[in-house]
Amino acid sequence: MELKNAVAGTLESGDIMIQIGPGEGLQVELQSSVEAQFGRQIKELIKETLTGLGIDNAYVKATDKGALDCTIRARVTAAAVRSTGVDVWK
Amino acid sequence: MMFVPGNNPGMMADAHIYGPDSIMLDLEDSVTMAEKDAARLLVHNALKSIDYGTTEMVVRINPLSTPYGRKDVEAVVKAGVDVIRMPKTETADEVRELEAEIIKVEEEIGCVGRTQIMAAIESALGIVNAYEIATASKRMMGIALGAEDYTANLKTPRTPEGSELLLARETIVVAARAAGIACFDTVYSNLDDMETFRKEVELIKNLGFDGKSIINPRQIEVVNEVFAPKRKDIDKALKIIAAIKEARAKGSGVIAVNGKMVDRPVVLRAERVIALAVASGILNEEELS
Repeated sequence: MELKNAVAGTLESGDIMIQIGPGEGLQVELQSSVEAQFGRQIKELIKETLTGLGIDNAYVKATDKGALDCTIRARVTAAAVRSTGVDVWK
Repeated sequence: MMFVPGNNPGMMADAHIYGPDSIMLDLEDSVTMAEKDAARLLVHNALKSIDYGTTEMVVRINPLSTPYGRKDVEAVVKAGVDVIRMPKTETADEVRELEAEIIKVEEEIGCVGRTQIMAAIESALGIVNAYEIATASKRMMGIALGAEDYTANLKTPRTPEGSELLLARETIVVAARAAGIACFDTVYSNLDDMETFRKEVELIKNLGFDGKSIINPRQIEVVNEVFAPKRKDIDKALKIIAAIKEARAKGSGVIAVNGKMVDRPVVLRAERVIALAVASGILNEEELS
């Protein structure tokens, strides 16, 4: 799937900003105040969400402000939809 | 019913902590056009993942006439929302159109009949058609007034005493009662004027509304205080219920409590006081038996 550069999310508390673009494999660069405790989990969730959308090659820069898992999933999906132009709704 | 912007994950995660009876996640006016797609995904994922407990979950969708409305319906029905709030409802046909969209999604996921509808009435035409709107579908659980759009449509400002809203409010209460559904009043958006807010809540309670829409957790306490029955009213209602039970057991239809005749409307009002007292947590099941 061809990717364009796209962004979703904000830098407000409880949110996560996802910047996505073309890449080789799934590469995630994460900046988070809870990186020591949850960094691995957040990166896994981002990769799992992208794989679920059929995206196997992408570079993602994530700036986390304490987002819940459901928010991370939503923001990654929004960035992916904006990047591919393929919506998840009918 | 507390309004929460659908594109603010921090607020969406915390809203139920303050104890509102219901939360309305908003995909309409509080979300810019550029963020409609992202807000829809946030609301969908929040509804699926966050444990809101017994809080009733409502989502205000965009009108079906916009490019966003149908996708909103799909996203929130698939996430198991309790109620879809339809904005700017003007006719019964619009409610039926929404119902058809809901059924389409419910059939796809195998849960037909689960999603309820609330219609927000926000124009003169909507007020004229209030009863038809209230009875347009078996899924209708309530109608609500949206005063900002309504007063703009009337070409009048919104005043603190709310005289310009009186006809709309009374029409909505009467239509809801005739249809056997609930009715909710509009928001009051000046958070610095809690005194006028309290007066407005007292007014709409006396008009017969079931609840008030709010925009900030600070407003919850005032609404609960105004709507919760007072102890003397609860005691009086308990006496009436006890007396009517006794009278029925003896086969008598009309009774007197404290020297006043008690007939059916008095009993109905007493039952509502008791129901409100139980809902407010003032009265428990033990005191009822």
